[in-house]
This record gives sequence, structure tokens and C-alpha cells, in this order.
Amino acid sequence: MNRRFTWFNATSLTLGFAFLYLPILILIIFSFNESKLVTVWAGFSTKWYASVFNNTAFLDAALVTLKVGVISSTIATVLGTMSGYVMVRGGRFRGRTLFSGMIYAPLVMPEVITGLSLLLLFISIGMDRGVFTIVLAHATFSMCYVSVVVSSRLVSFDRSLEEAALDLGCTPFDAFRSVTLPIIAPAVISGWLLAFTLSLDDLVIASFTSGPSSTTLPMKIFSQVRLGVSPEINALSTLLIGIVSIGVISASLVTKRSAVRRRAQEQQAVGGAA
Amino acid sequence: MPSEKPNQIRFAPWEDTEAVPLIRFRNVVKKFGEFTAIENLTLDIYEREFFALLGPSGCGKTTLMRMLAGFETPTAGEITLDGRDIVPVAPNRRPINMMFQSYALFPHLSVADNIAFGLKRSPMPKSEIAGRVEEMLRLVRLQKFASRKPHQISGGQRQRVALARSLAKAPKLLLLDEPLGALDRKLREDTQFELMDIQEKLGTTFVIVTHDQEEAMTVASRVAVMDEGKLMQVATPDVIYEQPESRYVADFIGDVNLIEGTVAEAEEGGYKLVWADGAPPIHAETDVPLSLGDSCTFAIRPEKIAISTDKPDDRANAVPGKVLDIGYLGNISTYHVQMPNGAIFKASATNSRRLSRRGITWEDEVWLSFTATAGVVLTQ
Repeated sequence: MNRRFTWFNATSLTLGFAFLYLPILILIIFSFNESKLVTVWAGFSTKWYASVFNNTAFLDAALVTLKVGVISSTIATVLGTMSGYVMVRGGRFRGRTLFSGMIYAPLVMPEVITGLSLLLLFISIGMDRGVFTIVLAHATFSMCYVSVVVSSRLVSFDRSLEEAALDLGCTPFDAFRSVTLPIIAPAVISGWLLAFTLSLDDLVIASFTSGPSSTTLPMKIFSQVRLGVSPEINALSTLLIGIVSIGVISASLVTKRSAVRRRAQEQQAVGGAA
Repeated sequence: MPSEKPNQIRFAPWEDTEAVPLIRFRNVVKKFGEFTAIENLTLDIYEREFFALLGPSGCGKTTLMRMLAGFETPTAGEITLDGRDIVPVAPNRRPINMMFQSYALFPHLSVADNIAFGLKRSPMPKSEIAGRVEEMLRLVRLQKFASRKPHQISGGQRQRVALARSLAKAPKLLLLDEPLGALDRKLREDTQFELMDIQEKLGTTFVIVTHDQEEAMTVASRVAVMDEGKLMQVATPDVIYEQPESRYVADFIGDVNLIEGTVAEAEEGGYKLVWADGAPPIHAETDVPLSLGDSCTFAIRPEKIAISTDKPDDRANAVPGKVLDIGYLGNISTYHVQMPNGAIFKASATNSRRLSRRGITWEDEVWLSFTATAGVVLTQ
């Protein structure tokens, strides 16, 4: 393959990245703007960050978001790991394809539909909407992401490790706890981080399932923007971008590191025979 | 030779009608959907035996072993251990341990913790576990590596950790699934003898699954040759090699010349077999009752056939041929000799002299000769 630098490659790369990241870059730059006017640059300042941290409405929303994120991603991780395990280990049973399709369907389901159907469910069973309903909703849609991550790790997991544990006197649950889980832990952790990130920036589903006292940060930002964009929002958004990037990057680092280590071990296992 | 040592009792419980087998398979059938992996199999394995299940891949040997370990349940039939039916017993409650083909060492635990894994889940008091682990490490000579992780040791060492781990709980029966498959040839041979030593020292019953016939012949007290879910022959290695009961067993174990023939004439203790037009008939001694005109197979190992440039007078059988190919293996040479009718016989000769001027070469006219008892007559 020809990998040389050409003007065509450089141009398309620049255009592509500009298309993707220019809006975010502008947002970040203007979050350090001195002026109250969003579109006019008037010098560098961090005062909007200070004002974000003094705005109790924002802080309350951030707290709700964090609470929802931690609880929902934990529930999603437990359920997603269980479903991923069953899909890989359950063997062949009638309707297996249907089941796996149903686990993965929420990945492509429009959020509006997920949100609306959950709203209808909560109303019909008479559940008061609040933090708890957002947690349930987020756990529902992020569970399938965890399931995908965990089951892809389990596919390459040597089944005989579990059999060895059973053979040495473990009950099936003990085998899972003391052998399977420690080995697939990196995938479970990256699944949790992914679920947390998804929960953090969800607006649509949260809007459908939230109650009066439970506004999440994305919802707060959205409602503020409708009244006019303030540099404060820019600062807040910049903080959010930072948190989300850290989440995604660390999730991929965890996965990549463990994959590299695993490959090195496998290579050593082959080479070590000599 | 056991007969030359009258003081030593020969180990052959399978010949003793009073002996009670440790494991009995009775009419065991295993089906996976439509596919029959094990077909009505009955087999006894005795205490202290080193029993080998040998066969090509897909012959059912691994399924048989997995049924012993408890990972598969027979479709029909009974498996007993010490007279107790073990079919309904879960794998973690069987006094049987297994050494896996991939070793299945737990990568997140150290060598010592791997060995202690089963002990921690046994009734053994905590204070004795460390001592037992130490004992197992000494058995496999890995004391120095106790704190290493599995990926920090070599393949051969990993194999020994797997062995130590599966022996730690002192099982009644140890299953070995292709235990030496991942090792290179030299290490494999050393390890075979080490395995035999350990088995003799501990007196544990070993069942080994392998597709490597040399390995089975080396380590086992008895070998079961399997094909398509059936036992073809169960016997000691020397019987399997020298007195195969069928063409399949003769062909599967070692090199063999299989000659199709028909009985032309009964002789003293055997028959005269016609096998090719124009070729001298084969004189074969056998106990197999045959009548005139029966077709049968005469199986003879290449090393039982002598090759010479002149016709020998003292042998019951001598056939002329032409050397087609010579396979030089260092210790022996195998000659492929074409008979007048086109059939190719293999004869091997030990290269007992270094750099000797080899008398026989390609295209040479030679004589192949063998005695009347050198081969076996097979009807299956």
C-alpha cells in the first residue's frame, strides 16, 4: 500500500477532523471568553468556571447525574455480565438467536422510543418519576453495551479453566467468582465505564423518565440553552467533555492493555514450550 | 521380562478373575443429537493401572474421559467407581481429577496458589495445605517457582504445575487429556518417563487420552484402541503391536504391510495363502480357524522382513522384488520394495554399522524373506 503523504490525503484528513471537532473546539475556546456575549472574543478568563461552581442549580443537577450514572452503570454491569455469560456459555437452546437479538436490539433502538415506552410503563404501573426511574431507564439501555463488551471477551475465554475449577471442587458459582470473574475483570470494568459515560450524556431518555426533583445535567444545559447560550454553559460543557473523554479513553486503555498482556502471555505459552 | 523374575509379581489384574475393577463402563452410549460418539461400550479399568485411550481425533476417546470427569452425561448405560454409580455425581464431588490439554492453569494465581486451589475447597485443614503444596512442588521439582505466575514459566514447567495441581487432592483416578501434546519431542519423551515414575510412586490410577501411539505404548500398562465410538482392542502394548485382532488396529499402530490373500491349502499349524498371480504363496502359522477359499489379511511389520541381495534358503517365505525407495531415518532405513504384481512392501533394517557401504540401493533386485510366524492372519 502507498502510505506516502499527498495533498489529497492531508486535505481530506483536515476537513474530516475539522468537521468532527471544530464545533467542540469553538465551544472550549469560548468557555474562556471574558465577554458575556458568546460570539465575541474579549480576552481570556476563567470566571465562567468559577460561576459554574457557584451555581447551585448546576451543582444539584451534576449530583443527580453522578448518582444516576454510578447506580445505573453498576446495575447495567451486573445484568450485562450475566446476560453476556449466558449468551456465550448457555450453549445452544431453542430461540437462542432470538434471545441474543433481543439483547442487542436496544443498541439500534431510537432513544425516543425507548424513552417513550419506559415513560408509558412507569405511568401504567403508577411509579412516581424521579432519580429511581432514570436509574432504571439508564440501566436498561446501557446493559446491552456491557453485554456486548463482556460476551466478546468470553468468546476468547478458555472454557477448560472453568472446567478445571469445577474439577478441583468448585461449585459453578464458586468457579465463576474465583476464576472467571477475576480473568474477565478488565472487560467488566470497561463495560462499567462505557455504561457510566452513556448515562452521563443521555438527554432524551432522561427527559422522558425524570420527575420534578430530578433534573440531570444534560437536561439542565438543554433548558438553559433555550433561554439563550451563556458562557457558563460553555464552561460546563467543557467540563463534561473532559469527564466523558477520560471515561472513554480509560475504558479503551483498560481493554487494550489487557488484550496486549493476554497476547503476550499466549505468545509466551507457545514459545515457552521450547 | 516378568517370567525371568519369579520374585516379582507381574502386574496384570485384568487377567485375575477375582480382581474388582476400579472403574466399570457398562453398555455406555453417548449421543450428541443424531451423532453417536460412544456406541454401547463396556470396559473395566483396574486400580493402579496406567490406562491409555488411543485413537484418531473424533473416535470418542475424549468423550469417554469427559464422562469420567463428569462434564458429559452418558445417554444410556452405567459408569461405576469403586462399585458406586457416578453418573449423577457432579464433577466437583467426584474423587477424580483431570489434567487438561491446555493445562488450564489459572493465570491470575501463582504456581503455589494454583496447586492449593483444590485443597482450599477440600475438607483438608488450613494448616496442612501449605505442607501439601510444598510436597507437590517437590514431586514435580518446582519449589523455586512457587511464587511465579503461569505466564512466567516455560511450557514444560507449566505442564508439571498442571500435573501437581491435579494430583494435590490425591484423587482415586487421574485423567490426563493429551498431557504432552504441547511439548516438543525431546521434552515429551523425558516427561513420559517422569509421568510413569510419578504414577508408580503414588500408585494412583491414571487414564490418559492420546492420539500419539508411541506415547500410549511407552506409558501405558494397557491400551484401548478406539475407532468411531467403539473399542477395537484392549490389551497390553506388546499384544496390541504383535497380535492385533483387526486390520484397523494393525494399521493404526506402527507401520505394517497388509497383504490380502485367500487360503489355498492347510498346512502344519497354518495355511498357505495365495496373494498374487505368479508370486510364491505365503506360508503363515496361525491359530485362526480358516477353510479353503477364505479370504484373509496377512499383516507383517516391516522390521520382521529381512532384505537381502541373494535368495535366503532358511526362511519359510522369500519373495523377489525391486527397490523403489529408501527412507533413511538414521537409526533404521526403510526400503520400499515393489513386488512383481506391483504391490509395495516395506522392510526396515537397523543401520548397525556406521558409514558401512550400503549393499542395496535404488532399482536393485532384492529378496524379501520372513518366517511363518513373523506375521499375523487377520479376518476382520
